[in-house]
This record gives sequence, structure tokens and C-alpha cells, in this order.
Amino acid sequence: MKAPFPFSAIVGQDDMKLSLILTAIDPSIGGVLVFGDRGTGKSTAVRALAALLPPILRVEGCPVNAERPEDVPDWAVLETKTVSEAPTPVVDLPLGVTEDRVTGALDIEAALTRGEKAFQPGLLAKANRGYLYIDEVNLLEDHIVDLLLDVAQSGENVVEREGLSIRHAARFVLVGSGNPEEGELRPQLLDRFGLSVEVGSPPDIESRVEVLKRRDAYDRDHAAFMLRWQAEDAAIRERILTGRKALKKLDTPDETLTDVATLCVALGADGLRGELTLLKAARAYAAWRDDTALTRKHVRDVAAMALRHRLRRDPLDEAGSGTRVERVVEEVFA
Amino acid sequence: MPDFASPLFHAALALDLVAIDPGLGGLVLRARSGFVRDAVVGRLSRLPLPLTRLHPQVSDEALYGGLDLAATLAAGTIVQEQGLLTTPSTLLLSMAERCPPGLAARLAGCMDREAGHMLIALDEGAEPDEACSPTLADRVAFRVDLEGATLAETRAPLDAPDLAEARARLAQTMVTLDLHRQTAELAVAFGVDGLRAPMFAIRAARAHAALRDAPLAAADVEVACAMVLAHRATRIPERDEDTETESPEPPPPDDGDGAEETPDQDSLEIPQELLLEAVSALLPPDLLDQLQARALRGARGSGAGAVQKGNRRGRPLPSRPGRPGNGARVDLVGTLRTAAPWQRMRAETAAVRDGLHIRASDIRLKRYEDRSDRVLIFAVDASGSAALARLAEAKGAIELLLGEAYARRDYVSLIAFRGTASEVLLPPTRSLVQTKRRLAELPGGGGTPLAAGLQTAMAEAEAARRRGMSPTICVLTDGRANIALDGSADRKQAAADAEKIARIARASRIEGLVLDCGNRPERSLATLADVMGARYLALPRANAERLSAAVSAALGD
Repeated sequence: MKAPFPFSAIVGQDDMKLSLILTAIDPSIGGVLVFGDRGTGKSTAVRALAALLPPILRVEGCPVNAERPEDVPDWAVLETKTVSEAPTPVVDLPLGVTEDRVTGALDIEAALTRGEKAFQPGLLAKANRGYLYIDEVNLLEDHIVDLLLDVAQSGENVVEREGLSIRHAARFVLVGSGNPEEGELRPQLLDRFGLSVEVGSPPDIESRVEVLKRRDAYDRDHAAFMLRWQAEDAAIRERILTGRKALKKLDTPDETLTDVATLCVALGADGLRGELTLLKAARAYAAWRDDTALTRKHVRDVAAMALRHRLRRDPLDEAGSGTRVERVVEEVFA
Repeated sequence: MPDFASPLFHAALALDLVAIDPGLGGLVLRARSGFVRDAVVGRLSRLPLPLTRLHPQVSDEALYGGLDLAATLAAGTIVQEQGLLTTPSTLLLSMAERCPPGLAARLAGCMDREAGHMLIALDEGAEPDEACSPTLADRVAFRVDLEGATLAETRAPLDAPDLAEARARLAQTMVTLDLHRQTAELAVAFGVDGLRAPMFAIRAARAHAALRDAPLAAADVEVACAMVLAHRATRIPERDEDTETESPEPPPPDDGDGAEETPDQDSLEIPQELLLEAVSALLPPDLLDQLQARALRGARGSGAGAVQKGNRRGRPLPSRPGRPGNGARVDLVGTLRTAAPWQRMRAETAAVRDGLHIRASDIRLKRYEDRSDRVLIFAVDASGSAALARLAEAKGAIELLLGEAYARRDYVSLIAFRGTASEVLLPPTRSLVQTKRRLAELPGGGGTPLAAGLQTAMAEAEAARRRGMSPTICVLTDGRANIALDGSADRKQAAADAEKIARIARASRIEGLVLDCGNRPERSLATLADVMGARYLALPRANAERLSAAVSAALGD
């Protein structure tokens, strides 16, 4: 299989790229929702992310990618307990997937042929400590959505069925993409995504031509193209790692907390999740920029992506909520 | 410029280009099954990869491979089965217009991974709104409509150039034009927003040049843009020089090759007009209709509509024999219960082996009963008699109902009738923003073509039912029908027509609701509702909230 299109070679789409990077720096931000038309590079960016992310340490062969041997669930039979580096998992959740595939289920194979009651882990196990990507998330069936909501909130997948009683860690960054024309997302699911960005095709001919040129080069001279962008991808990876360290040392002054709270109150965002995400996103953004202290500027820059999908929304309101956030930001921070 | 008047030639050229550069993804072939289509499908053997046939109900096991249950149970050891997608092949998807969103997403994912698959989607849609899923159509370069191709044409020999040689030439094709800019600008001019299309156009131009065994020239770009962009166009660019006709006439077919006529253009920019002309020639004649018909299709299930039996959720029903896969869940207890009586007999006859003896025929599947999605079809009277104030009230009521429909996850469709005809303002959708926008734009005035409105609503309801949804028609009007189906202002005929349609609606058991929002209750409307088997609600001086409450009550929730 061909290596995916390099992340750094994606032209424009800065919001989308930034939001993905922020979740890489602080996975607890809780996922990204990318809404936009077809052919705007949504899936390209997510697939490129897999190659970009720094590797994780995990027990070899562990179905839930446990970090330490003692975290390996007891239903998993492993031959070795050696810990080694592995790429951060980026798992695709295809549309129309069955519940069994998502949560895992009784291993029918083992049950029928060997008469054993074994657990076959599902996609949630595979995505633990990594990313779970849902393309066309707005077309996902409701019962799968319910299931994901439950797991995303608790960080644990509980399987109680067919005589099995299994629980395992399932902490993942949920990345969803979709085309708003094909349907809307339930507010409950919207709220679970930490950040939300809207993408469109580049408006100017120049960047469109640039996209075409790069894509063409990728298709025609693959090896050279990958080599050309390898260094820039590596630079981003380095910055993510530095950012993760910087995040721990970053100060959060009280006035920034006040800023965040004022902003959320002014916008009427539901619940405290908005405040927390905005704060986390601003901190991750500051760490990414390698700034030493959190300031109003950081909050201002990430406010739209952290809050636009949380506004108490009249389902019939057609004004873009992104502009609404920006307007309120201008007023509050004037 | 080749002669695209012959759809068969068009299809053959598209297939040749795909064979030269598999990166073009493939082709959507819109045609009913028949000799003409068979002639094109016959040429698929020229593609470099083996052919794999898919149908819209293909299961995950078949696609991705998995346990071969019958063989496994017989052998007592695990026997794996290969999936259709495991090795690169040309996927031939028949009845592509029936492809469910789940399969479309999976195939799209498979194409995106660039494992080397090609997709030939046979779209057999009869109506304009029955079409291959846009998710798939976007990922293949070409679309050919075989309508209008005659049997005689299938006999005309199509040249069969050596594709293997052309493929070898592909990498060496010289490019002297600013291909990227040309295609990008052209795509914008035709309102093609995504960047896959210009990408395909570039590849197609190269493949065409390789096919001709010549350096890439203006003619290649013309052909490529015409084939890739024309069917994706969302608008017709304005041309400065002359705006002779609204619908662009196909230019007279050139006798010679375009490149011969313009040999000096190889290193120059191609005049934009030339490309515009080339693409316009291939624009589908019913472009505007198609734009409207790009209906929104979504997931189904768990709505408030009619009951349908499924195998994944809802209220449990007794289990049935069957094969696991395609999302079905095995009822383990049921399976064991079926197998239990045979254990002793099987243990005696079968080879020495411990454990249970279960055969494929013992497998029982779980079944559930679920409700399908409901679609509310609003047929709104926007005639002159429904004076402006009333129309505004009707709009207000519909907006309230929309809010409720949103909460119930119902689909909504909007039809307006006024003047002499009715039109579908919005095909079934869950997107409320769109509905509201269309509603706000709804103009008023003219006669009351009630029959036409009912007819359109019926057609919409039938289409929705075919897609597995449960339709409910909600007619909002205030008066007697005064325009007949043929558009004449004949009250008597109009009433008869409306009654006829109402009778058909009753026969096809479509749920209905007639809301009389006139100043005084109108007797003829009550009769009409009776004929239709619909509920009649007179709401003199209705305000939006009362209307909405009435509909909610009538719909039983």
C-alpha cells in the first residue's frame, strides 16, 4: 500500500490541521469534527495524521494497546510481555458497521470450532490510546452513535452479552467528518466533539493550482515527493512532542480563566464542557506555539473551533455559528 | 474533438482511458440493462484487472472475507474465505442506484486507500432522482449516459487501440501546457467545487495523450475536461462573446483531430473559450433538473413510521434459520437448541472429535422489529385565495412542525402548488435549514391547482416508500380546486381531478391529513379528505401553534 499523502503537504485548511495537531498535543480535548463538502481533503488529512503522530509504547500484541504489562486485560492471552514502540492507532469506523464489530463480541469461530468462550475485541479496543475516525459521521446509525457516546464519556467499553462480561479501557480521540448537506448531527454527539471546524475548497485559483500540482507530483513521482515532505512532517512531529512537554509547564493565569468563563457565559454555551474544552484548546495552542504563558490571544484564536458547535441552537437558524462566536469574541474582548 | 454524440463511443473512450490510467477510478454507466449496455460491459475485458461483480446487498463477509461457516463446521477446523476486496480488481457494481450509504462509504474507503481497485457502477435509475450515490460518483472520473444509443451503433466497430503500449507511454508523456491552472480555472467556471474533478481531468488528459501517442496538446485537455467536468457542472458559465441560446448547442462535430487544426498551441495557453465550448458540448441537456434532483439520502431506521422487520435492533422477534453476516446476529441459544437433539447421532457418525457438532443449518439468527423513518410531505397551497396573511400563517405552522419533525428525526419534504402547476421545493431531507430557506422564498398568487399538488405529493410519497420510508401527506389549503390537471381553469374538472388523485392515494394506503385553513370550513375539502381516507381538520383562523398542535395530535404522538 502506498504511503498516505503527507500532512504538511496539504495546502491551506489551517483550521483543520491546527485542530488535529491540538488533539495530538492534548488528547483529552476530546476529538475533532470536520464538516465540509466532498473533495476538500477531509479524509486525506486524517489518514495523513496517522503517519505524522509520534509512536506510542505498548505491550506487543496487546489487543487494547496497553502501555504497561499490568494493564493488559486478563482475557487477552499474550505470549510475550515485551513493551515496544508502535505507531499511534488510527482506526476507521466504517458506516453501516455492526455493533459487534464496534464493541467486540463472542468469538463465534472459537465458540463453534473449539467450544471456547472467547472474546473477539472490536474497533473500540483497537482504537484505545489512538484515534477513531468516522467518515460521513452524520449518516451513522443512531444505535451506533449511542454506543460511541457512552464509551467516549466513560473511557471504558463494557460488553455484557452472550454470556460474556468484559470491560476494557477505550480512550480515543474521536474524529468525525461529514457533509452537512446530507444531514445534521444530534446535539448530544456534537457536544462530545471537542473541536469543530468547517472546511471548504480553497477559494482562490492559486491555492487550487497548488493543490493540483502537489497531488499530481504525489501520484507521479511518489518516492521523491514523500522524501521532499518527510522533513516537514518530522518537524511537526517534533513540535508536537515539544508541545506535550511544554503543556505540563504552562501557567494558566486567573485572568485567562475569567476570560474563558465570560466568553462562554456571553455565548450561552451549554454546560461546563465548553469552558473546559476552550481552556484545554487554548493551552494546547500556547504549547504548540511554544509560548510560556497563556494569554487572551490564545483564547481568541481557538474560540471559534472550540465553541461553534456548542451554542444553544435553534435548529432552524441558518446563520453560521462560527461568525456568531467571532462576533461575541470581539465584543467580550473589545 | 471526438464525436461525443455517440454514447457508445464516449463509453468506449472512457474505458480506454481508465485502462491506461487506473488512477482515474472508473466510470458510472447510466443505462438500463440491454444490448447497448452489454456492448459496453463486453469491453470491460480490456481493463487490466480481473472483474469482480458486486450487488448492492453484498455482505461484509463477502467484501472483506471471513469465516467460511459451512466449510468450518464440516471440517471442524477454521476455514477462511477470501474477500472480494482483498485483491485489486475491477469492481462491477450493478444496480448502483440502490447502493445503500453503508456500502457506498465502504467502497469509497476502499477507493481512497488506493489499493488499485477500479469501480464500474451500473446505474439503472429510471427517474432523475434515482441515481448512483454521490459518494461513489465523486470518486470515479467519468459518467456516461447510454440513453439514446441505438442498437445499430452497437454493430459499428469501435477501434481497439493497444492499451498495453499506451500504458507504457503514460509515464513519458510530455507536458508543456500549464495543465494545472487550466483545469482549476475551468472547474471553477463550471461550479465544480471539490478538487477531485480537476485532478481527474489532469490524469485523463495525460492518458488521452498517451492513447494518441503524441505529446500532450490542447485537444487532450479539451477531451479530458469535457469528459470529467461536464457531468459535475453545477452552473453554466456565462460567455462574454455571445449568449445565443440558454441551453448550449453542441458545436458541429469537427471532421479532423483538434490537434491537427491547432498545432501551434502546444506550448501556449489554451484559450479558455475553447475549453468552455468543449465542456458545454457535453453538458447534460437536463442539467437544471438534475441539480434539483440531487436528492438527499440518509440513513434509515428508528423513526416513527411503519413497522419493518430487521435483524439488528428494535423489539425482539422469534429467531429464524439463516446465515450469519450482513449485520445479522446469531441467536446462540436458539442455535444450540436446534443442534441439541442431533448431538448423539452426529457424534456417532462424525469423525472422532470432541465438543458440539453444529452444522450450518442449525444456525439461528436474531430478528427485531423496528420502525422505519417517517417523511412528512407538506403540500402547501400558495394560491392567490390563500391571501398573504394566511400564507404567512401556514409558513409559521410548518416551521413549528419542522421543529417537531427535527426532534423526532423525521424527514420533511415540501411541495407548493399555485398558478397552474405544482413543484417540489425540497425532496425529503433532514436538513431543516434548507427547508426553512425554501419556505421563506415561497411566493404566493394564482389559482388553486389542488389536483396537481396532490399528484406531486403522491409521486413524492411513492418514491419515499420505495426508499423504505413511511410517507405522510399533509395538505394545507383554504379553498376549492379551480385549476384542472391540464392547467385549464375549469372548476368542475378541477374538482373531479382532485377527487381522482385522492382515490389513488387511498388505494395506495398513504397516510394523509387535510388542513383547511380558510376563513370558513370548506365542505368540499372535507369530502376530499374522506375520499382520500385522510383526516380532515378545519382550522378557521388558525394560528401557527394551533395548527401544529392539531397535526401532532392527528399523527398520534
